[in-house]
Amino acid sequence: MSLDRTTVRAIANLARIAVPDEDLDHLAGELSNILTFVEDLSSADTDGIEPMSSVAAMSLPMRDDVVTDGGYADKVLANAPGGATEGFFTVPKVVE
Amino acid sequence: MSDPTTLGIADALRLLADGEISAVELTRAHIERMEAGRALNAFITETPDLALAQAKESDTRRTRGEEGRLDGIPLGIKDLFCTEGVQTSAASAILKGFVPPYESTVTANLKAAGTVMLGKLNLDEFAMGSANVTSHFGPVENPWKRRSDKNAKLVPGGSSGGSAAAVASGLCMGATGTDTGGSIRQPASFCGIVGIKPTYGRCSRFGVVAFASSLDQPGPMARSVEDCALLLGAMAGHDSKDSTSAPMAVPDFTKALGGSVKGLKVGIPTEYRPDGLNAEVAAIWDRGVEWLKEAGAEPVSISLPATRYALPAYYIIAPAECSSNLARYDGVRFGLRVEGATLDDLYRETRAAGFGAEVRRRILIGTYVLSAGYYDAYYNKAQKVRRLIADDFARAFQNVDVILTPTAPSAAFGIGEKSDDPVTMWLNDIFTIPASLAGLPGLSLPAGLNQDGLPLGLQLIGRPFDEETVFRVAAAMEKAADFTAKPDLFAAGGA
Repeated sequence: MSLDRTTVRAIANLARIAVPDEDLDHLAGELSNILTFVEDLSSADTDGIEPMSSVAAMSLPMRDDVVTDGGYADKVLANAPGGATEGFFTVPKVVE
Repeated sequence: MSDPTTLGIADALRLLADGEISAVELTRAHIERMEAGRALNAFITETPDLALAQAKESDTRRTRGEEGRLDGIPLGIKDLFCTEGVQTSAASAILKGFVPPYESTVTANLKAAGTVMLGKLNLDEFAMGSANVTSHFGPVENPWKRRSDKNAKLVPGGSSGGSAAAVASGLCMGATGTDTGGSIRQPASFCGIVGIKPTYGRCSRFGVVAFASSLDQPGPMARSVEDCALLLGAMAGHDSKDSTSAPMAVPDFTKALGGSVKGLKVGIPTEYRPDGLNAEVAAIWDRGVEWLKEAGAEPVSISLPATRYALPAYYIIAPAECSSNLARYDGVRFGLRVEGATLDDLYRETRAAGFGAEVRRRILIGTYVLSAGYYDAYYNKAQKVRRLIADDFARAFQNVDVILTPTAPSAAFGIGEKSDDPVTMWLNDIFTIPASLAGLPGLSLPAGLNQDGLPLGLQLIGRPFDEETVFRVAAAMEKAADFTAKPDLFAAGGA
């Protein structure tokens, strides 16, 4: 499996990471090597095998649907880059 | 009394109980040592004032007879555990300035047991690495030196490299680590200490900066099996804030120590001895088998045929989960922000500036294998292979009680080596990744030195939630190995 510049740019866009054009070829090479490395998997016989998403042999625990946490907006906002504004995180304008 | 920074945790607890040393004295000795060992770059953040305040409180508790089970023991905390009021960086630029408003469950448990926090330990960025060279705060140096070249700086392993280097050189009595594919065991092996990744679910992941959630597991690193048993006992336990934490009682792991291994069956997997396995690693593994035989255990050859697929499966599953987990670093709520004209620009520029090369690579691979059209071919396939690997172990454990393997394919290598090709670096974890995928407990203990004077570790893998057998066998092997060698820095009593 080999990735080209266009594919790497598309993946980087999906991942929301700006990648300078001059990095694209190098990254395409690295990512292609990794995909070649993992290609060995295709030779594993997995017919009839269920995918394993968790090793924990248990069902998710249930609890009462009640509020158990919260009431400290200041703590939540304390790490906002550049500081919070009137109790809000701020971002560039998204609605014209 | 001997230098307090050479004490084991169990010995220190006895001295504290007998009033022969105070928590403040013990802590002060370690703070001096931490400062003397700065050249190793093991700590990202030192918290000496906090440590002394905690030590004073510990001494007060002890006077009142209200001490916890590890009261007054100075520890280092991997900088992946959120610590309330103390910067937590995950060794990444993207968490610049982040001060958690809450405490991870594992460190809260350790606090409740009375431990003292000396500071936050260096690691590979977001725990992604096997040499502690991807940290935004620079590489950590292994305190061990090659006999043939005392000047060469060696890696401590990774990702818990700061933890391993600090424990090995006496900067702290023990440390927390986390292990996703070998990040406790491999650095423990490289630095000549003991480390255990417990069964997935034994320790809560709440408040541990997430890398690959189905694999991440906190665990202790210390200079003896007993010290690890003590630490794990305090760290572990069910936590309603982590739905994958096991609702199981935590046994007193120290009770498993000193027990006989007579009649125990020890699996020796043939697939872990590929052609070209380092001769010294193979020899120390053979010696480990002999020690267990002499102690009355029975080695049994076993086969884990899906082993060859473990690394490729891991390098699909772990990056996939990483790409999902690291989506939260968006420059909006915490950490670094690089302003952009649009919200998408802000995301893209922040993440470009904040993530290092290895993390970026893994996010991109993860994004690709999860993207439409490729999900089945990669992620789903890897999840199926993961079951094959887990089934191999389950089958083997019908006939054996524990499995013995090397921890890593080599001793510590030089800083800068193996860095050209990511896949070469990944091969470091070839012996530790299978047990991670299966969620099994794995412990590394030092078994001896190679010809060049560097430690080599052996790994014991146990059944799910049977850390006790792992500890029992590890204690028997520790006795037989009689590993007393210390790194130059530790022996010299200063850097």
